Amino acid sequence: MPEQKIPLWEVFIRSRNGLAHKHVGSLHAADAAMALQAARDVYTRRGEGLSLWVVPSAAIVASDPADKDVMFEPTASKIYRHPTFYEVPDEVGHM
Amino acid sequence: MPTTSLSLTETPLLAGILRRADDALILGHRLSEWCGHAPMLEEDIALANIALDCVGQARSFYTYAAEVAGEGLTEDDFAYRREAGQYRNCLLVEQPNGDFAGTIVRQVLFSAFIDPYYRALVSSRDATLAAIAAKAEKETAYHLRHSGEWLIRLGDGTDESHQRARAALDELWPYTGELFEVDAAEAALIEAGTLPDPRALRVEFDATLDHILTEATLTRPAGGWMQSGGRAGRHSEHLGFILADLQYLQRAHPGATW
Amino acid sequence: MYTQALNARENAVPVGSPEDADRAARFQARIDAEERIEPNDWMPEAYRRTLTRQISQHAHSEIVGMLPEGNWITRAPTLKRKAALLAKVQDEAGHGLYLYSAAETLGTSREELFDQLLAGRAKYSSIFNYPTLTWADIGAIGWLVDGAAIMNQIPLCRCSYGPYARAMIRVCKEESFHQRQGYEIMLTLCRGTPEQKAMAQDALNRWWWPCLMMFGPPDAESQHSDQSAKWKIKRFSNDELRQKFVDATVPQGQYLGLTFPDPDLAYDEAAGHWRYGRIDWEEFKQVLAGNGPCNRQRMKQRRDAHAAGAWVREAAMAHAEKRARRAAQADAVPQAA
Repeated sequence: MPEQKIPLWEVFIRSRNGLAHKHVGSLHAADAAMALQAARDVYTRRGEGLSLWVVPSAAIVASDPADKDVMFEPTASKIYRHPTFYEVPDEVGHM
Repeated sequence: MPTTSLSLTETPLLAGILRRADDALILGHRLSEWCGHAPMLEEDIALANIALDCVGQARSFYTYAAEVAGEGLTEDDFAYRREAGQYRNCLLVEQPNGDFAGTIVRQVLFSAFIDPYYRALVSSRDATLAAIAAKAEKETAYHLRHSGEWLIRLGDGTDESHQRARAALDELWPYTGELFEVDAAEAALIEAGTLPDPRALRVEFDATLDHILTEATLTRPAGGWMQSGGRAGRHSEHLGFILADLQYLQRAHPGATW
Repeated sequence: MYTQALNARENAVPVGSPEDADRAARFQARIDAEERIEPNDWMPEAYRRTLTRQISQHAHSEIVGMLPEGNWITRAPTLKRKAALLAKVQDEAGHGLYLYSAAETLGTSREELFDQLLAGRAKYSSIFNYPTLTWADIGAIGWLVDGAAIMNQIPLCRCSYGPYARAMIRVCKEESFHQRQGYEIMLTLCRGTPEQKAMAQDALNRWWWPCLMMFGPPDAESQHSDQSAKWKIKRFSNDELRQKFVDATVPQGQYLGLTFPDPDLAYDEAAGHWRYGRIDWEEFKQVLAGNGPCNRQRMKQRRDAHAAGAWVREAAMAHAEKRARRAAQADAVPQAA
């Protein structure tokens, strides 16, 4: 009899105060409580973390790489969203 | 390091330190036997973490024991140069790993005792013991949580896991009485505010256990006959084998540096 | 390591069609431009297969590799050595876990990869089929085996497949203490009693040649190298890495005052390389074929651990289902006003 698959979880760690959680890897656990403990044991062995998130891998919805142009290309031409687009005389100082 | 076994004059304080140190070392040694053989990779890592905490606690206590004993002893003299009869650990921690249920139940029983013990030891009048306890308590709180969560899953998992958890609980229960024993020497240290009174932790131990066992659909075994002797150096047969492994190199090459 | 939500996407373009060739060309162009390939990106089936095989073999090596060193955790000669060794073997479990996760992003589950290993259908590093007979072997493994592994692993941090490269960055960061741990053990033994030094020499004698074999067959006979290099999975050839390892290791051994078990070992001034003698490739072939001193024992231990843990994994899943069911029932109960 094939063994039942133990679900996959994605692990996110906030490493220092003020930083956002960052994806660090994944692991297998039967439920959320065990996933959180495993995340602590596997991914924070060298003092890497102050806070942990675990998310069932199946719950993540990803953008389609084939959609890359449609999704992300249009912003490339909108240079007026960047501060350097605007001219301010040097005499005015930092703005 | 000379070839012979250590000959120690055990003051009450030294005996008290060695009890804590030996409990931690022998339990850490047992848990380390799992490395590479656990039910899943995540658990290999988790059990190794607990084992490393235990070995670390043992080293802190042995280092303090060496300071108390004087004579230039080191942590390794205590671990590697005492006979089984000189070891002061409780019988519970030297019990074989058994199946995973045996290891988890042993861990729950020990952690449910040692965690509140360390929490109480934080207020010791002995500053070194208080400092060791402050660090250890955070570790043992996690050990209790981890093993407790597993026991709930084993107890309230499948029929087989329930049977195995119950069998392990029945098997190991007779070793819990010893955790709360106090002899005359220890009583004096309790009186002096150096060590907490383990008898005062019984209520919390029972409550912690009942909380976990209820969720695990298991019940706490009734009192019954309790095994005893570890604190006085009268061990089960298992400790001799543990020490044969643990001490083999130091015994075979007396005085060598590693 | 990443969501697999899109991995099952239909391959609508027939293999071998002009569109397929076009896609393959664009894929190769991305690799040539040093772009990283991510799990949901299109990739040639052969790339997926090659990587799955390589990453899972790497993962298997990590977890089988726990066994020979694990042998000595209970017998480590000091508490400091015991803690360091346990932490090191624990790291190997972690590395196996990261690597299985990376392999899983290619669409094969850890369970399937485990099954391949336990059924004897997957390979793992030949080195772990040799026995650890003395404490010096723990030093030799850290110094030589981890040293050889690092040579292999550092270039993999720039591998074209993102999840593998990221896993290797983490592995290399953690591994940095492993080789030093081993070398320190060797150094302590070499500065110790004559028996200890003899122990160290004996370990070097037994591990040296198998370590050279770890890099795989000579370039002339290697089956996978060309394509792997083109895909930037492998950036140096077996022989290049082997030579790097020998050049780095020989001076370290000389510092220890140990002799390498190779009468042909000599420094080539002109080339600036240490030249080594003939490797016994027949032994390598036999060990890979399952005839090493410990192949059967290692596989039996892995199988036993997996089988003994089955009821635990079942219990965890059964409990999770019960919990989910109870939560659903609790939600379904109408709340009293």
